[in-house]
Amino acid sequence: MAILVIAEHDNTAIQASTLNTVTAASELSGHGAGDVVLLVAGSGCAPAADAAAKIAGVSNVLLADGPPQDNALAENLADLVVGLAGDYSHILAPASTYGKNFLPRVAALLDVQQISEISAVVDSETFVRPIYAGNAMATVKSADATKVITVRTTTFDPASAEGGSGAVEPVDAGSDSGQARFIERTESGGERPELTTARVIISGGRGMGSGENFDLIEPIADKLGAAMGASRAAVDAGYVPNDWQVGQTGKVVAPELYVAIGISGAIQHLAGMKDSKVIVAINKDEEAPIFQVADYGLVADLFKALPELDAELAKIL
Amino acid sequence: MKVLVPVKRVIDYNVKIRVKGDNTGVETANVKMSMNPFDEISVEEAIRMKEAGTVEEIIVVSMGVQQCQETIRTALAMGADRGIHVKSDEDLEPLAVAKLLKAIVDKEAPELVILGKQAIDDDSNQTGQMLGALLGWSQGTFASKIELDGTTAKITREVDSGLETIEVDLPTIVTVDLRLNEPRYASLPNIMKAKKKPIDEVSPADLGVDTAPRLQTLKVEEPPVRQAGVMVDSVAALVDKLKNEARVI
Repeated sequence: MAILVIAEHDNTAIQASTLNTVTAASELSGHGAGDVVLLVAGSGCAPAADAAAKIAGVSNVLLADGPPQDNALAENLADLVVGLAGDYSHILAPASTYGKNFLPRVAALLDVQQISEISAVVDSETFVRPIYAGNAMATVKSADATKVITVRTTTFDPASAEGGSGAVEPVDAGSDSGQARFIERTESGGERPELTTARVIISGGRGMGSGENFDLIEPIADKLGAAMGASRAAVDAGYVPNDWQVGQTGKVVAPELYVAIGISGAIQHLAGMKDSKVIVAINKDEEAPIFQVADYGLVADLFKALPELDAELAKIL
Repeated sequence: MKVLVPVKRVIDYNVKIRVKGDNTGVETANVKMSMNPFDEISVEEAIRMKEAGTVEEIIVVSMGVQQCQETIRTALAMGADRGIHVKSDEDLEPLAVAKLLKAIVDKEAPELVILGKQAIDDDSNQTGQMLGALLGWSQGTFASKIELDGTTAKITREVDSGLETIEVDLPTIVTVDLRLNEPRYASLPNIMKAKKKPIDEVSPADLGVDTAPRLQTLKVEEPPVRQAGVMVDSVAALVDKLKNEARVI
């Protein structure tokens, strides 16, 4: 039986998270599962389906194009996927807010225990997933007939967006539950990238001393095209809003470069950022635990170091 | 209206997790346990609704070992009205928890169930959505704002790209995100009062739910250890390393 991947898209283009999920699906194929089929569900989403058909490793694309699938309302999307589920041994979606929102509904309706945020495929029914915000890794084996899985996108390389030549096959777009209505979406942060998808993140901790002092980070973030984050201590102190929080109770991130400014490195913060590729820590306390995970550490007063960093970056960027 | 708030007893978020020597799980003996932080936010939200006059009764449910009653007491001390403890010494997976909650919803008929978006132990992020599907109810996940309006609720959701607002019909399921509110601390008089509030104890069998696990945990291991890197002595040296060695800027 084949593998169904639910594609995250904006009707015209495929989101990067879908490419990582296709890689996980292709690994399953390598362990004896079937072909990788992509479902593109949306309203006016034919261009996204065309793009999906070009992804390397995708055998064909199901296009569910119609008003009930507009804005990915969980009730409608889950019902659509459940209706298609009979032909598939595995159903995968990215572990983004898109996938997390509807896939557990699919699992419950199929009477399946979902496997969340897999970080590795062991075989077609065994997976590794982080628990306790990545402080432990569990290897779990599913006894369910259909495996319903969300994929931690940061641990699978993206599949190539070009090179495939799958056929696009229209399917019924399902019906509207009538229980939920989309009102609006506001993209946050203007120019600044989202924490969970940013290539570079700069976070401040309690050492920042005040919310105003985060202004010192801003020009640096601008130069690096970075998202801005914070530790729970900085959030609890009221310096910045809660949605900036990186950590076990905030956002779990894995950018290419993570810069921790005035962050001591509490367990709860490390849990949210230690999978970052390169970690930089600037802290005046040389004993701070953050230095134990940092690739590059600088013991310095951040109020001196930040303007210097800004000036140094200005020279090269 | 009546609101149901499920709460989970988890290892406190400030505790450093230790994997057991035999790799069967993480050490929970003599470890500080607390209410899942996201569940504190759902309890707080229910209490604010009650204070605003839109909610009459708050029922708190916890599932698991005997000590879950302490977690229920914490919620009662914050301001919930009564508790239900589904006692089980087995590990309950999200699907089983959702089925048990459905049985309780069928009996108690709340119009709203507010849950934490995920528990910080297994990080599944499933129970609320599963409960919604089993009940055939709408859902609003990762809520940073909930506005009740008669027969509907307007829910602002924290999605990866920003904020999304939806309107759902009641009854509904809401899972909460961090930004929704800041949970209160229980006052001493309220902690005393909570001791007199009722907690019903039931078993999964009483609720007619099969909780047999579907996932077998083969092993639990420490994550790969990150090696500490190098210390640099100046900002200029740092920028040089990032540009020429790590090549990330």
